[in-house]
Amino acid sequence: MPQYQNLFTTVQVTGPVSDGIPLGRANDPRLGKPFLFHLAGRLGNAQIGPVYLGSLGVASLILGILSFNIIGMNMLASVNFDPVQFIRQLFWLALEPPAPQYGLHMPPLNQGGWWLMAGFFLTLSILLWWARTYRRARELGMGTHVPWAFVGAIWLFLVLGLFRPVLMGCWCEAVPFGIFPHLDWTAAFSLRYGNLFYNPFHALSIVFLYGSVLLFAMHGATILAVSRYGGEREIEQIVDRGTASERAALFWRWTMGFNATMESIHRWAWWFAVLCPLVGGIGILLTGTVVDNWYLWAVKHGVAPPYPNVFPNVVDPAILNGGKP
Amino acid sequence: MKAMTSRFLSWTLLGAVIVLSGCERPPMLSEQHGYRGTGMVQVKNPRTLEDQAANNVAPFALPPAPTDGPRASQVYKNVQVLGGLSSAQFTRLMVSMTSWVAPNEGCVYCHNPANFAEDVKYTKVVARRMIQMTQHVNSDWSKHVGSTGVTCYTCHRGNNIPQQVWFKKDTSPMGADFIGDRAGQNEPAPSVGLSSLPNDPFTPFLLGSDDIRVGGTTALPHDNRHSIKQAEWTYGLMTHMATSLGVNCTFCHNTRSFVSWEGNPPQRATAWYGIRMARDLNMQYMEPLLATFPQHRLGETGDVAKVYCATCHQGANKPLYGAKMLDSYPELKSITSSAAEVKISKR
Repeated sequence: MPQYQNLFTTVQVTGPVSDGIPLGRANDPRLGKPFLFHLAGRLGNAQIGPVYLGSLGVASLILGILSFNIIGMNMLASVNFDPVQFIRQLFWLALEPPAPQYGLHMPPLNQGGWWLMAGFFLTLSILLWWARTYRRARELGMGTHVPWAFVGAIWLFLVLGLFRPVLMGCWCEAVPFGIFPHLDWTAAFSLRYGNLFYNPFHALSIVFLYGSVLLFAMHGATILAVSRYGGEREIEQIVDRGTASERAALFWRWTMGFNATMESIHRWAWWFAVLCPLVGGIGILLTGTVVDNWYLWAVKHGVAPPYPNVFPNVVDPAILNGGKP
Repeated sequence: MKAMTSRFLSWTLLGAVIVLSGCERPPMLSEQHGYRGTGMVQVKNPRTLEDQAANNVAPFALPPAPTDGPRASQVYKNVQVLGGLSSAQFTRLMVSMTSWVAPNEGCVYCHNPANFAEDVKYTKVVARRMIQMTQHVNSDWSKHVGSTGVTCYTCHRGNNIPQQVWFKKDTSPMGADFIGDRAGQNEPAPSVGLSSLPNDPFTPFLLGSDDIRVGGTTALPHDNRHSIKQAEWTYGLMTHMATSLGVNCTFCHNTRSFVSWEGNPPQRATAWYGIRMARDLNMQYMEPLLATFPQHRLGETGDVAKVYCATCHQGANKPLYGAKMLDSYPELKSITSSAAEVKISKR
């Protein structure tokens, strides 16, 4: 007799495959015959497909694949088209933005031109994908919360690759496409602009990032803990509060005096998640454009406290004897 | 059910072991190096330090030679830099140099056995220039080398060529010339601690004198045109410095602001002079030897081997752990001749 476990479960509930609701006029047909896939059922719903692709989806995929291939072919060319080295060095490889001397002008193809093209196609692809999520939500009669949450991520993406470089007058300020190189860019960004940890918007962004994690853990744990009373049927419990909902609420009221409701917890989660890239993007946008050194900015505004100096006073040698030894 | 859970757990464990096998194993030594609570800490791996120890033992010094008697220039021909030494002192230094630089090849690595005086072998010409360089470092760069100074052994450690030298990187793109430019970075290069940072930060900073300081010096924007890309080059150089000294960033910098000098460890000033010293040695001593070196000693772009931090430091923040080797070789302490005075004698 299989038993339902609410942390790791082997029970998989499957039903007859279904296409979902009929679509209205001006919709393309859905693609693929739906089927059941056991492994997928371990993580979510076992039914795969059908997919609604539509013209927006097709256009977005074409542009995305184009961009992906420009990046990939540049990486492959940088290891002299050696597939073994491509795999070995993959995490180090990148497509770099143009060098500083090109400003916002069109650089030669191999000096950042490919980067501009890849970025352009990727941006179009993402915007089309956004339109697709909006249209699908509307078509299903849903609210548009998912597309608007997606806007949070798109905002940060556009700040990093478009808005801030344009305001700074240089594509060179943008992020390279690559695994380690984009991390090095992040560190170099903080080094150049005087320690990003003193950027209050960066701090806020971290609050919402870790806050999201905390909320997700609290919410996920609470619902799993009351699933023995049917607590995972959250939507029904919003309007028809049962014992699961009551117990979950009591738990938090007893432990911290206050509880979210079955409905409001999702609003908390949505805002925390959306605010993370939203304020983060503001912090990035202000860096270099209106603040050049966040540490000095924090000193100026009394944010960074002074610490006792434990070393003998060191003077910058560049201002001694004109820097001569 | 139980069997599945244990299978799941063992796969997870195996995965964790594979992922973690790339890391250095704990425990690490952590040393406070600054005001408490500010993250001013040096983290060292005791096992790495153990492996390094043998490389950092200063060799046994020969007993001092008498300073009286005839001068080396009177006894031997073509002694242009060390001619003022007594012949006993001179012989002692030559024997020491052989053991430091060419222990397997012996005198003939530099000298023609038929006529020790002639400058036929390029190694002899280079060695003479390197003696001048050593004297220059000890007398003019005390702000970096202090009274400890350097000898040939500081860099050579028994090798003909110091194990850590650098050449200019061939930056021409691989494959086709319209695609795949690496912009001098994005490969696991040992010169920058296997990071994807620009891997030849030495040409602009230790040969040229491009701006290393890229960080803002005012809170609000004020004419600082350095880009993030330039910051990556500085970051590459700094990564090389930290790696070659076996230290963390906080050895020289405070954790709050890499730009600010306030509350910094004094080592940063020493390092500042070190950068200028490496630049000076590369420009004045290494580059002019281009025509002297044979083809097989040159780099991929046809340049000479050059000096950087790792050349002397080799993983220790004080080369040879600060052994005062120079005290046994006072003849290397001060300049005894200039470059212009040296004449190459092929006969």
